Amino acid sequence: MQDQLHHFLQQLVFGLGVGSIYALIALGYTMVYGVLRLINFAHGDVYMVGAYISLLLARYIYAHHAGSPSGEVFAICLVASMLGCGILGVVIERLAYRPLRKAPRLASLITAIGVSLLIENFCNLPGVFGSSPQTSPNLLPGNHVAYTVQGIVIERNYLVLFVATLILLVTLWYVVTRTRLGRAMRAVSFDNDAASLMGVNTNAVITFTFFVGSALAGAAGCLFSGMVQNSIFPYFGIMPGVKAFVAAVLGGIGNIPGAAVGGFLMGLAEVLVVSYGPRFHIPPTYSDAMAFAILIVVLLVKPTGLFGKGVVEKV
Amino acid sequence: MKRTLANFLTAAITVAILVALNAGMNYVEANSRFHAGYAIRVLMLALINVIAAVSLNLVNGFTGQFSLGHAVFFGIGAYAGAAFTVFAQKPLFGHILSSSDVVSWSHGGIVLLAAMLVGGLAAALAGFIVGLPSLKLRGDYLAIVTLGFNFIVVVVINSLDVIGGAAGFTGTSRGDTPVNIPALTSFFWVALVAITVIVLSINLRRSVHGLAFESIREDEIAAEAMGIPTTRYKVTAFVLAAFLAGVAGAMYVHYNGSVATPSLDFTASVNIVVMVVLGGLGSVSGSVVGAIILTVLPEALRNISPDADKYRLVVYSVLLIILMLLRPQGIFGRDEIGAVWFRKQINGTVTLPRRSLTWLTNVLQRRQRRGGSA
Repeated sequence: MQDQLHHFLQQLVFGLGVGSIYALIALGYTMVYGVLRLINFAHGDVYMVGAYISLLLARYIYAHHAGSPSGEVFAICLVASMLGCGILGVVIERLAYRPLRKAPRLASLITAIGVSLLIENFCNLPGVFGSSPQTSPNLLPGNHVAYTVQGIVIERNYLVLFVATLILLVTLWYVVTRTRLGRAMRAVSFDNDAASLMGVNTNAVITFTFFVGSALAGAAGCLFSGMVQNSIFPYFGIMPGVKAFVAAVLGGIGNIPGAAVGGFLMGLAEVLVVSYGPRFHIPPTYSDAMAFAILIVVLLVKPTGLFGKGVVEKV
Repeated sequence: MKRTLANFLTAAITVAILVALNAGMNYVEANSRFHAGYAIRVLMLALINVIAAVSLNLVNGFTGQFSLGHAVFFGIGAYAGAAFTVFAQKPLFGHILSSSDVVSWSHGGIVLLAAMLVGGLAAALAGFIVGLPSLKLRGDYLAIVTLGFNFIVVVVINSLDVIGGAAGFTGTSRGDTPVNIPALTSFFWVALVAITVIVLSINLRRSVHGLAFESIREDEIAAEAMGIPTTRYKVTAFVLAAFLAGVAGAMYVHYNGSVATPSLDFTASVNIVVMVVLGGLGSVSGSVVGAIILTVLPEALRNISPDADKYRLVVYSVLLIILMLLRPQGIFGRDEIGAVWFRKQINGTVTLPRRSLTWLTNVLQRRQRRGGSA
């Protein structure tokens, strides 16, 4: 019994780690959907670019400045990823989505798919990031030091990942609920036209939303490549991107706290399937499918997600 | 009566022409010194894609629902059709066809038809299972459920060893003898099915059912208020499209000799969507042209340089974005290729020809007489 509990708590720790990444990506989806009613399919690829920025920058620093892993390197990589991705997000919005704002939503959805394909395939070119998988160097000293709390092993990188995510979430919450810009953002997401009639510069707000959402994806990319240190390749953003979208839907799309909660739940569900699935003859590879099974159940039972508000359609 | 006869004659002549073309193509393939075989292969794949694209147009174009998982139905049709010929052929048809056999025309045709039926029905069943609950959802949500379904099916197929798992399905073995998926699909069958599907779509568009589909696209709530059972029509469109995609899949697998998950993953689904969108959502001729362009263009780009494949994908996505920015309605918009379309391109606007006006009045009157039910 004690063992069972231990095992379960251990899985929870892993799940929160994985979930942190999903939560950060899901926020971008949900914010963009909130202001534009657009599924930004390219968001998973922005996350991928973030991972590469951090990886390449860390390598550059170690190669040219004889540095060693330190808090400084981590901070530089994190900020660079966030800035780079934020700018990328703004550029995508300006070039691909803004011209189509008045077009049918289907046109912008397809454009989003096109942008996603473009980023992936462009990064896959030999001169850009190349197609071979790469692993980032350590960003922090003693990355894999493990703490043991009551027999539960917590690796330091997971701890950093989780804490960094929490800090970003709180910052975002502060920006959205306590600042003028955040209020403008909520106004645009509530009713775009009314907000613009009240003197809100909707274009600026949308640009800002894309910047913040993409910067969070960039942070997720940096944390994934620098902390989790799995190998990354130009197409690796698709799956986390889609799963994070599922997380956003799970939490109620357009709802910011919902996306964070949905992300953590998604991470937990996935880890639990891998860990407990074999006992029910579910192969671990089904964890990817499980995310979508959750999505389908949520949409059928409560299409507005856990925290979403129902939208009454007016004729 | 006269019309039935005329239609019958047209069909008979079409079949005769296809038989002749088929024979000619076999001859060229066997005797040509140029790469005729390659050209024929591209043509066959283009026609198979035409079937898939035209079928998706029923859902995404006519009915205005956004399905992002159409390749799944193609794939289910392919796997089911292939499983049928590989596992059930001997008990049902007496002996096993293999890819090296010279297949007698009639026997191969019957087995292929049966496999197409099996593939189509399996896909239609899958379409029904996904469609019934999820078509209550709208717009983006439907897109994301179909996308999710796509991922689930790929994961499940990858873990099923009996149909090849991640390595793909090429057949099985009975004792020591391998049982391959026989190459039954000839140009005749592909062209026949493609023409049938195109004619069916165009006729459907002109029929009362087609109008019901389009009314759902234009305004679902208004359609519901007019007494159109929207959910039933949406599911019908979905199941019909899935069936046709399944038939295309069964033909593909009996042409290609194998099938693996890349032909039904998310990228493949996007590819079919792009075909339909490029041609113009809601236009049958658009889907045909889109499917042909997007099958031939990559092949043409492939021959430019060895590393071209990677650049091809970049060019491809840039083209997609530019297309959406400059002409989001696609090549044909919702129109069919023909006199009206050309006049529109030249004059900018178009007046309805007199004939179609009277036709519209007739339909409306007929509907009124029947009590207004569609």
